[in-house]
Amino acid sequence: MAFKIIASQCTACGACEFECPSAAIRFKGETYIIDPKKCTECEGAFDVQQCANVCPVPNTCVKAA
Amino acid sequence: MNQPLMISLDSLAQPIDFAALEAAAKSGGCASSSCGSSAKPDDMDADVWERIKDHPCYSEEAHHYFARMHVAVAPACNIQCHYCNRKYDCANESRPGVVSEKLTPDQARRKVIAVANEVPQLSVLGIAGPGDACYDWNKTRATFDEISKDIPDIKLCISTNGLALPDHVDELAAMNVDHVTITINMVDPEIGAKIYPWIFYQHRRWHGVEAARILHERQMLGLEMLTARGILTKINSVMIPGVNDEHLIEVNRWVKARGAFLHNVMPLISDPAHGTHYGLTGQRGPTAMELKALQDRLEGGAKLMRHCRQCRADAVGLLGEDRGQEFTLDQLPEAVAYDPAKRAAYREVVARERGDHVAAKQSAVAAVKDSAQEGGTLLVAVATKGGGRVNEHFGHAREFQVYEASAKGIVFVGHRKVDNYCMGGFGEDATLDGVIAALEGIAVVLCAKIGDCPQDMLTAAGITATDRYALDYIETAIGALYAATFGRAIEQAVA
Repeated sequence: MAFKIIASQCTACGACEFECPSAAIRFKGETYIIDPKKCTECEGAFDVQQCANVCPVPNTCVKAA
Repeated sequence: MNQPLMISLDSLAQPIDFAALEAAAKSGGCASSSCGSSAKPDDMDADVWERIKDHPCYSEEAHHYFARMHVAVAPACNIQCHYCNRKYDCANESRPGVVSEKLTPDQARRKVIAVANEVPQLSVLGIAGPGDACYDWNKTRATFDEISKDIPDIKLCISTNGLALPDHVDELAAMNVDHVTITINMVDPEIGAKIYPWIFYQHRRWHGVEAARILHERQMLGLEMLTARGILTKINSVMIPGVNDEHLIEVNRWVKARGAFLHNVMPLISDPAHGTHYGLTGQRGPTAMELKALQDRLEGGAKLMRHCRQCRADAVGLLGEDRGQEFTLDQLPEAVAYDPAKRAAYREVVARERGDHVAAKQSAVAAVKDSAQEGGTLLVAVATKGGGRVNEHFGHAREFQVYEASAKGIVFVGHRKVDNYCMGGFGEDATLDGVIAALEGIAVVLCAKIGDCPQDMLTAAGITATDRYALDYIETAIGALYAATFGRAIEQAVA
């Protein structure tokens, strides 16, 4: 149960990093990555996933399969 | 009054013999504070003038002398605009399709100091995209905190969409940020819904009219809060034909009523290659003459900015130039120390040159006003590289500054960007056609030098081009030209 960022589409704007209530997102190399162990999909914190809703590029911050 | 300068402003931008410069700057015998001349417009209070006189974006007059730089330190954004595709870059606050280097606050500090040591015209540091300076607030604050320690006299400036602005107005005031630009494209949420597909606010996405209403309310609140604290505001509006062009008259009224200092109506930049919604759906931008017509209708409302170059988010230099490529990250030293000497010397030179320029300008403007006849309007394009003079070769110009001479005097009304015609000595006909198209509506081009061939081609297109006024102050040249064109003997008055 986690979200992930499609690296090739990420603009590295960093909005997801500071919206994440679980500190699960960090910058690595040229893109932001989500730590699946820390990601809670915002359950208990917000009604919608913050990273996916703030991300400016469609289909870039998505549910991990 | 109008002798050539002892030190050209241009030479100051190059590596210089500083001792010689300082000696020359001090040899004039007239300190700026005591010689009695000031570039202050008659209708502005002294306090406001003091705050904008070195800010190239807030004062048309200052933009001939002073430079700004933008640092891209705050890339996160909280809204989506139809003219922006974040995959490339922010289209309207930076030249589209060109990705800027994003900087950390520490990298920004090194870059600003490196620029301040090399570009004596530097007076303003702005954070203007990509992203929103108020939304990505921690990085904005860290950057300003660092740099104002090193360069206390640099003016700090931000640009924002306004959504997060009310949350940070008090901190902006505490940090001495004296200039804030808000992009306001509508005051009617129905129109806003055609410009903004969504916003991110209070931990969720909002769409359509509801989103636009929230944005509108936050923009107005932020503007009112800034005005209440005496912070100068500039309102940027993107003119989108068929969407908000007529509506910007209403926007102008609203922002004027809330104390906006300047209103800057900019043309939509739209191209399918940029991948923006407007680019992909064929929404066009306005022509230069459509933009001017709207700006002319807005005269009398909130004061208009007409000299905006829609610069990149990492632009460096005078508004019409971009020296950003000289200061990319890989060229910056690890350790930098600020040396205030060059900027201080430049300010002294400019203070004197400016007084002289203003006197020349006033007499030329007065002469044109006195002699203007019914219908006697002249649109003049000027090739200049700064200092308020006709001092650029036609073939080297990347833009022309456009002035209108009429019963209102001589007024700066805009600029036209062109691909420079002369590349390494070879003029290209294809480029010249582009230049001629960009000069639509212009009667006369003034430049420091022009070849016979381009001059003939311009003549064939109905545009007079001349280097007769080379190195003159722009207004002096236009005054003389106006007299010659409309046949009244005012040349003596402006000489």
